[in-house]
Amino acid sequence: MQTQSEIGYNSKIEGDVVITRIDAALAWFQKNSVWPMPMGLACCGIELMAVGASRFDISRFGSEVMRFSPRQSDCMIVAGTVTYKMAGFVKRIYDQMPSPKWVIAMGACASTGGMYRSYAVLQGVDKIIPVDVYVSGCPPRPEAVLDALMKIQEQIGKEPILGKLNLVAKLTGSSKS
Amino acid sequence: MLNLDLANQLKAKFGDLISEPAEFRGEITVKLADAELIAEVCGFAKNKLGFEYLVDISSLDNYGEDPRWTMVYELRNLSTNAELRIKTDVGEEKSELPSVLGVWATANWHEREVYDMMGIRFRGHPDLRRILMWEGYPYFPLRKDFPLAGKPTNVPEVAFTEITPMEGGPFVTLPSSGDAISREPRVRTPEE
Repeated sequence: MQTQSEIGYNSKIEGDVVITRIDAALAWFQKNSVWPMPMGLACCGIELMAVGASRFDISRFGSEVMRFSPRQSDCMIVAGTVTYKMAGFVKRIYDQMPSPKWVIAMGACASTGGMYRSYAVLQGVDKIIPVDVYVSGCPPRPEAVLDALMKIQEQIGKEPILGKLNLVAKLTGSSKS
Repeated sequence: MLNLDLANQLKAKFGDLISEPAEFRGEITVKLADAELIAEVCGFAKNKLGFEYLVDISSLDNYGEDPRWTMVYELRNLSTNAELRIKTDVGEEKSELPSVLGVWATANWHEREVYDMMGIRFRGHPDLRRILMWEGYPYFPLRKDFPLAGKPTNVPEVAFTEITPMEGGPFVTLPSSGDAISREPRVRTPEE
């Protein structure tokens, strides 16, 4: 006996055609699958774990897969005190992430050095890598990190991905697209 | 009493090299006159007196005095909870004393830390590298004549440190029994 089933798409409600711009569609894909690179360097790292766990649940925003490999991640969350000794490694991991990539400086230490005015601590991770969103707090509430992620998503939504690709193609001289 | 007994046994063995045991809040401290003998004294304390655990090695900078460095060894017996502190002075021009790595293996990282922060070297240490600061850092940051804000350092590929902005600080707390307001960290010059 045959049953009628509709797979994934309800044409009665949603109609048959969705009209959008390809830029908007690409941005929509991209901003709902931001995979974070958790750079947990101090106590903010603990709060970052709470963001990933069930109560705050960053996966509601498409960022459930914390990638410990820079090659598979889009957004580095620098959570904690960046010492000069660690700074070189943070920069190196950032360099290994494929573009496009974003950075959240989580907490006072990552943003400005925080209370560590000392010979050992880098006074803000923006001295070595470009930061998109700064989160205040020591440590910030998990909601603040979620808000930072939403700001990143907003930013991604505005980016002309296709236009960028065309520009890259023009600059590198490849004939496609 | 146990702590004092053990300190007296140490003094009986080494005689005048060990000072009279000083007691402060139940903790016994002895001072060793000659830093060159620290490994022998520690070996005796471990093998004969039962201090099988080295809690910590730390160092003091008596800046402006001679000898400049004081090494502090904290020993413990884990089964009787006996504790002993051995201090010994090291002069600045020498800045070197024997390693106690042959007595307690855990001294390895403690001595590396002292070397990293104070620049005191340990003879016989197999791997005396920096442990907290990065390779190639030129200063010893816990010395009294090193500024809290740090010094600009230019080591290519490794460091790019600048002097830290103090933003009106450093904010210093003074030990006192006053109320919370007087104990608050405030801007203070070192003379105060």
